[in-house]
Amino acid sequence: MNIIDASASVQTSSPANRSIIEIRGVSTRFGDTVIHRDIDLDVEAGQILGLVGGSGSGKTTLLREIVGLLIPSSGSVKLFGHPVLDADPLIRRNLRRRFGMLFQQGALFSALSVFDNIAFPLRELRVLDKEMIRELVFLKLGMVELETRHGQLMPAELSGGMVKRVALARALSLEPELLVLDEPTAGLDPDLADNFVKLIRMLQKELGFTVVMVTHDLDTLAGLATHVAVLAEQRIIACGTPAEVLAVDHPFIRNFFCSEHATAAMQKGFV
Amino acid sequence: MAESTIDTDERAGRLHVILSGDWTLAHLPTPISGLEARLQALAASHPVWDLQAIPRIDSVGAILLWRAWGRRWPDSLNALPQQRSVLERAASIPSVDASRPQASRLAAVLALGQLALSGFKNMREIITLIGQLLLDVAYLCSHPHDIPWREFSANLYKSGAQALPVTALVGFLIGVVLSYLSSLQLKTFGADIYIVNLLGISIIRELGPVIVAVLVAGRSGSAMTAQIGVMRVTEEIDALATMGVSRSVRLVLPKVAALSISMPLLVVWCSAAGIIGGMVSANLQMGLSYGFFIEALPKAVPVGNVWIGIGKGFFFGLLIALIACHFGLKVKPNTESLSSKTTAAVVTAITVVIVVDAVFAILTRNLGLPA
Repeated sequence: MNIIDASASVQTSSPANRSIIEIRGVSTRFGDTVIHRDIDLDVEAGQILGLVGGSGSGKTTLLREIVGLLIPSSGSVKLFGHPVLDADPLIRRNLRRRFGMLFQQGALFSALSVFDNIAFPLRELRVLDKEMIRELVFLKLGMVELETRHGQLMPAELSGGMVKRVALARALSLEPELLVLDEPTAGLDPDLADNFVKLIRMLQKELGFTVVMVTHDLDTLAGLATHVAVLAEQRIIACGTPAEVLAVDHPFIRNFFCSEHATAAMQKGFV
Repeated sequence: MAESTIDTDERAGRLHVILSGDWTLAHLPTPISGLEARLQALAASHPVWDLQAIPRIDSVGAILLWRAWGRRWPDSLNALPQQRSVLERAASIPSVDASRPQASRLAAVLALGQLALSGFKNMREIITLIGQLLLDVAYLCSHPHDIPWREFSANLYKSGAQALPVTALVGFLIGVVLSYLSSLQLKTFGADIYIVNLLGISIIRELGPVIVAVLVAGRSGSAMTAQIGVMRVTEEIDALATMGVSRSVRLVLPKVAALSISMPLLVVWCSAAGIIGGMVSANLQMGLSYGFFIEALPKAVPVGNVWIGIGKGFFFGLLIALIACHFGLKVKPNTESLSSKTTAAVVTAITVVIVVDAVFAILTRNLGLPA
């Protein structure tokens, strides 16, 4: 008996080139407005995929469809080879325990202390003892470079940068194979954003999880992403390594990546 | 994706413990305590630990091993550099005691004291709020352009007009029940016609105002607390302040003024519904004609009772709105505080209404009784 894939029997092929996310033919409509038209996207293990696009292009919508918060109008989303909206509630729950999500505003439980926020997913497993949970929480706090005493604070007492760190610690508490980030550096000043990007990159190297993130910040993208997918005109117009995406000739890509600031960011990060 | 396994081997006179499989949260066998006991038993004989066959180890696995080793590095360990770094993380967890301080024996006394102090604090703050509102009214008298008419009328509609159906229904049903139960008793004395006195005095003077107050405290009072509370959580109140808009003039005063005016009207409305309910019930139960009932009512119930009812309505409305706004402004930016303050607002409002009602009963004991 395993803790997470108890009866879900999630099969996996060889670890190399394993598709973590498979999006096939996803279309999204809100009323008469078409957001996505027939989108295909694959994310493989170990990749850090940055999803970019203009505002209102449906980046966050796609992200919410990936984690199963939103049902696409048509098409399918598979995580770890299983439909994210599988009919079996046990499989659904187990899938959700294999990824962690970092929300834009942190989405910390305001009634719980920092410690309890991070401990919450661990307690929900109902297999770990108190002492183990305490040590794991302190370990996660250390991972995101916070101190033990910060565990006593309430979310309302935290600064913007700390909220992100605590939210990251909570997203990482179940040792996820996939980390989903919605605008990880939005609302942070450039210095803090830079630190946060470094922190995520360091943790990714150490823990080896896959990352999907939505961002409009080029510094974040350049600092983290190994792959980039560009969402425009209701579909994915380019997907691949940054160099491949930059080579695509499309007005949006020219605008987005080739401004003066963008070029500077790219040179700093990608090269 | 192999389960975590433990193998032992005897090599050159030393026990080797060879761990393999994924030592991650997802792959550790449950219950974990069984595995941990086995690790601890093995650790007692100081073997050589070989971790090199482990493809993945995460912090749960690392903490398990670290605990089994008695929180120090074993004498001989074969581990890959990456595994070592995961273990180092587990080793660096500070072992501070996070247990809460012991509850003191005086806890009950302290809690009582806290309760009394917070009661005094609330009272002082409500008095401050009243003072602030009086200053606002004085200001508005000299600056009539700043009177928030729109907010006032919106609140009047929300707390008054929209409460009409529910207060009428409840008033009518209370009238029916009261009339039915009283008529059973009065019949045995042959005192049927006193039903008019009984219903008239009790509903107009006492039940109407109190029932409306309880309904409005639950309905409008909680809504006011929640609205102001959420505006505090989302910093809307701060946004108002930075635009130079006074929160007491724009948020609190319209609510207090609207409820002070709508409550007396609701009291009249609810009492009327109650009297009609009682009248219908008396007609069905005892055959008392509607004409007689209506004719007898003014004789049995002096008009002073109506004024007492309306006066109570005004004061109850004022108190409910004040208490609701006071607790709304005290909400802290988290969900727990929002729910506890809304509860506190409704409970306090109803309690205060009952207490003030008792005070009213004493002050008006010589008024409005039939000669």
